[in-house]
Amino acid sequence: MKKLIAMSLAAIMAVAGLAGCGNQAAETDGENTLVIGGIGPVTGAAATYGQAVKNGAELAVKEINAAGGVNGMTLKFLFEDDEHDAEKSVNAYNTLKDKGIQLLMGTVTSTPCVAVAEKTFEDNMFQLTPSGSSVDCITHDNAFRICFSDPNQGIASAQYIADNNLATKVAVIYNSSDVYSSGIYEKFATEAANKGLEIVAAEAFTKDSATDFTVQIQKVKESGAELLFLPIYYQEAALILTQADKVDLDVEFFGCDGLDGVIAQLGDQAALADGVMLLTPFAADAKDEKTVAFTTAYKAAYNDEIPTQFAADAYDAIYVIKAALEKAEVSDANIAVSDLCEKLKAAMVEIEVPGVTGTMTWTADGEPTKDPKAMYIENGAYKAR
Amino acid sequence: MSFFSYFVSGISLGSIYALIALGYTMVYGIAKMLNFAHGDVIMIGGYVAFTAITTMQFPVWLSICISILACIILGVVIEKIAYKPLRNATPLAILITAIGVSYLLQNVALLIFGSAAKSFTSVVPKFSVELGGVSITGETIVTIAVAVLIVICLSIFINKTKSGRAMLAVSEDKGAAQLMGINVNSTISLTFAIGSGLAAVASVLLCSTYPQISPYTGAMPGIKAFTAAVFGGIGSIPGAMIGGVVLGIIESLSKAYISSELSDAIVFGVLIIVLLVRPTGLFGKKFNEKV
Repeated sequence: MKKLIAMSLAAIMAVAGLAGCGNQAAETDGENTLVIGGIGPVTGAAATYGQAVKNGAELAVKEINAAGGVNGMTLKFLFEDDEHDAEKSVNAYNTLKDKGIQLLMGTVTSTPCVAVAEKTFEDNMFQLTPSGSSVDCITHDNAFRICFSDPNQGIASAQYIADNNLATKVAVIYNSSDVYSSGIYEKFATEAANKGLEIVAAEAFTKDSATDFTVQIQKVKESGAELLFLPIYYQEAALILTQADKVDLDVEFFGCDGLDGVIAQLGDQAALADGVMLLTPFAADAKDEKTVAFTTAYKAAYNDEIPTQFAADAYDAIYVIKAALEKAEVSDANIAVSDLCEKLKAAMVEIEVPGVTGTMTWTADGEPTKDPKAMYIENGAYKAR
Repeated sequence: MSFFSYFVSGISLGSIYALIALGYTMVYGIAKMLNFAHGDVIMIGGYVAFTAITTMQFPVWLSICISILACIILGVVIEKIAYKPLRNATPLAILITAIGVSYLLQNVALLIFGSAAKSFTSVVPKFSVELGGVSITGETIVTIAVAVLIVICLSIFINKTKSGRAMLAVSEDKGAAQLMGINVNSTISLTFAIGSGLAAVASVLLCSTYPQISPYTGAMPGIKAFTAAVFGGIGSIPGAMIGGVVLGIIESLSKAYISSELSDAIVFGVLIIVLLVRPTGLFGKKFNEKV
């Protein structure tokens, strides 16, 4: 049985290899085109994230090609759906390899990203994830990321709260069934202890009980907390804000990048978000030149939709790839996948890219260094603190 | 004081479960099938109400009527297309079909409305009642009132009207009922129509209490409400009501005093114990009023 599997795998790989050759041969007689792959969920429960990444990346590729490409090469971006499922993501990666991608901008969500990262490592293909924030996404040296890692957000939040004297008694409501949320919470708790913050209530919920928060809010109220830390996504946060309003919970609200989108989610109750603070690398309403240009272009291209942090991460990712290609002086798009990976790996630690999510540099372990921006919400708009 | 406030949140949560459980128990009691798509009919009802209120700017009463009408049509169509051809098949086949319908509805909603949750405007005017220092929201009061009203109306309908008694007859013995001149098919269709109409009412109150709607809105409350219906004795209308409220209270109190993380495990654990001790649920036998 094992032999049979091995044989069939070998056969599949041979076919895939041939297909790859075919594609590359086809390119030599055409233009000098470098093919970038992208993977993410564009259907299913996490579809908003994948769609935003796809849009952001396509916008950046269009802009770069319109401005003459990179070192004489045109970029081509191919995207496959993975429905936020690890197995489907690996299949998508194989499909993209058959189509001749030479590097991967993906995947969007953490769990599939971890699975695909193993494959790109085997193939020695350069991988840059825009938004895979779990630590395990970039354990191999061929993988880098644009977003903050989960632990970094937890640590940065605790430091920010302590350094700015926002509170000494802190309560937390987090999603224990989600790696993003529980990852941030754990690091937050450790760093909070170091900084002398007292966590007076730590209440959890799971994805199956993510609508009714009245009991958790009641417990936060009784704990005497001055600040409620919400390392969760905006859908639940919007529900917590409405339910907290009904019992007149008087605390400061503080969250991470998952809170981005809470204003729109609250709809006609957007006033409830006033005063909420969040650490995020990107705010569509920021007034700096880069963000304004990106937001305007994005809205023009996609039906007036306001770009989220995911779109911004992907947009930056494509420009980071451009910067790395320029640094590595890659000008022939027929370069082998593995050679390209080695060159980009070396270039990544040397470049500094001013993106819409901040000015980034990288260390060899693949983590970006950039400053989280602290924002607060006033009259339905982000303001820098 | 704090115990009382947790208790009240439990009742508020439970009244929603009760409202949904009524639909489950109604269909099970008569058609003897678990309509697992009930939660998703609720979700569709919510989207219809959302579209009518927010997009079309219709008045609230008209939006609720449109939502009820849409759910009734949807329920009858589902019954005609998916369940009727399986009338004489094994219960397992119907159960699997119901799960299929549930996923179909979820994915259709995903296609039409997208995956992002939309913000729903509460149909209940903002008011609250102070009771022993704990404020009870308007949504909770309306939900409980509506649930009680539905229990009373359904009981009267089933026991006093001709079509209600036809339902009782069908639930006891389909074959015999047919011999007595009852049209079994139209009686079952009527049951689905009523069950789906209840789903629309539940959807509007569910989305008002937790003001968001997404393609998965109906899924988890549907399962919890099904648990409540089994807990109270599936097929019994007062049982569904009481099962729902008790389930909500257990959930709230275990969140408050044991662990907010383990509350679901505790709720389903209690269900298992109840079923081991009383396989027919709390009111399965006592109330001989199987609809």
